[in-house]
Amino acid sequence: MKKRDLICISCPFGCRLHAEWSGTFEELKITGNRCPRGAAYADRELRNPARIVTAVVRSTSAEHPWLPVRTDRELPKPLIDALLNRLYRMRVEVPVSRGDILIENFENSSVNVIFSSTTTR
Amino acid sequence: MIQEEKYEVAVIGAGAAGLCAATVCASAGRNTLVVDREEHPGGILRQCIHSGFGLRYFKEELTGPEYAERVAEKAERAGVRFRFGTTVVSIRRETDGALCLTSLSTAEGVRIIRADAVILAMGCRERTRGNLAVPGSRPAGVFTAGAAQRLLNIEGILPGKKAVIAGSGDIGLIMARRLTWAGIRVEAVVEIMPYPAGLTRNIVQCLDDFHIPLLLEHSLVNILGHGRVEAVEVAPLSRGVPVTERKFRIDCDTVLFSVGLIPENELSAEAGVELNPATGGPLVDSSYETGVPGIFACGNVLHVHDLVDFVSEEAEHAARMVLRRLDGSDGGSGQFPVRAESNLKYVVPNRFLPGCGTRFAFRSLIVCDDGVLEAEQNGKILLSKRFSCVRPAEMLTLEVPGSLLKEPGELKFRLRKGEEI
Repeated sequence: MKKRDLICISCPFGCRLHAEWSGTFEELKITGNRCPRGAAYADRELRNPARIVTAVVRSTSAEHPWLPVRTDRELPKPLIDALLNRLYRMRVEVPVSRGDILIENFENSSVNVIFSSTTTR
Repeated sequence: MIQEEKYEVAVIGAGAAGLCAATVCASAGRNTLVVDREEHPGGILRQCIHSGFGLRYFKEELTGPEYAERVAEKAERAGVRFRFGTTVVSIRRETDGALCLTSLSTAEGVRIIRADAVILAMGCRERTRGNLAVPGSRPAGVFTAGAAQRLLNIEGILPGKKAVIAGSGDIGLIMARRLTWAGIRVEAVVEIMPYPAGLTRNIVQCLDDFHIPLLLEHSLVNILGHGRVEAVEVAPLSRGVPVTERKFRIDCDTVLFSVGLIPENELSAEAGVELNPATGGPLVDSSYETGVPGIFACGNVLHVHDLVDFVSEEAEHAARMVLRRLDGSDGGSGQFPVRAESNLKYVVPNRFLPGCGTRFAFRSLIVCDDGVLEAEQNGKILLSKRFSCVRPAEMLTLEVPGSLLKEPGELKFRLRKGEEI
């Protein structure tokens, strides 16, 4: 049996969750949650932890030399460092519009990186 | 010749509060100007590149720049006029009752702006090392969390290589992740209270994800270094007092302070606006009007909010009250005082008008999982509301309908613990 303690972030309560499982999450048992969202959170967090990643990338704009970018959905945690390394090496041409795609389908994760703001010059 | 211009509404600050308030005024056909000292709209949201904004107001999760652009676009579509790179240096009420702003800008020099109503939306600023009186030398490498955020996210400058964060406010927690993702090692977050000041999700996603230690009930007792920070000394607290015999050293070249925010009200105070010591913001009545007729306040300049979504909602509400005043309704006369009592740090607004439904906002002084918030007047409980989760980091709100607020007399609020779960 494997065990892990987690804190639920679905709402401000911050329930202390306790998860136990065997093998590859067969018979995953979650306790300590006040509501079903806690169990769903722990399930996702154990099987496929993922995060929204945000950063700034260098641009050709004199007025906005760094532009904010984000993933358009949660990126699996093991890919985060690789994404950041790629972003930090880029230099993008302006103009760009909010929502424009900078990187499409990063490492076949079906996650895109998009611009968080519009920069005209 | 000093240039003069005239508007019906002048808003000071182009952050979320100013933009949302201005949108409501301009949409109602009022000639509305927003003045901001920065060159772009959005205020502090522009440097908050992380996500977590807008879940309530836009019903989707946005980053700060996205939220800022969306509210700025709404304001532009509504016909709001803007003056950027412009600092308001004084607000004066003339003998005829008109309000008169003096503004300064590099491009246009001194300019006088007259307005029938002024909305204060200047936001807040960070408490600094100086506010805490942390001992030690005065080396480079000591920043507020927000200053470091600006360096990294707007100017692309790394503030250091190895950091310690003093205080567990949300900006500090967000910066712990941001520094880590930028290749800067965060050695620890030091918090004097027995519980973190920031939201749980930020503890989990910004500290636990990177195994950054959170030292609760610890205090920064010394900053060491000449020229540049070399280390800090941290000591555990016993009943609020540092146990210096147990102090230890953490080597680092950077110290960030995330120790609270102060509404920025020098301009308001100079205009004769009375401030509430509990919030640092103006005392306002149920129309969000300050003690100076025609001057209103909303957003973080009024009291520090936990979510920008609440700032937008409050600003829109305040702006609707401004419109009612411009349409000729009475001001604050006939209003009665509102007081925050046990377990509450403050209440906003501070006066109410009988018969007028009002939304009150509070900050708790206690942590509990079953709180009861009560409104009492003339010895009678008017209304009570249960909160299943009360945290000082989170704002509480209570809507009191006009049908319950009929009587004159002081209105008191208190928070008590219900039965423990």
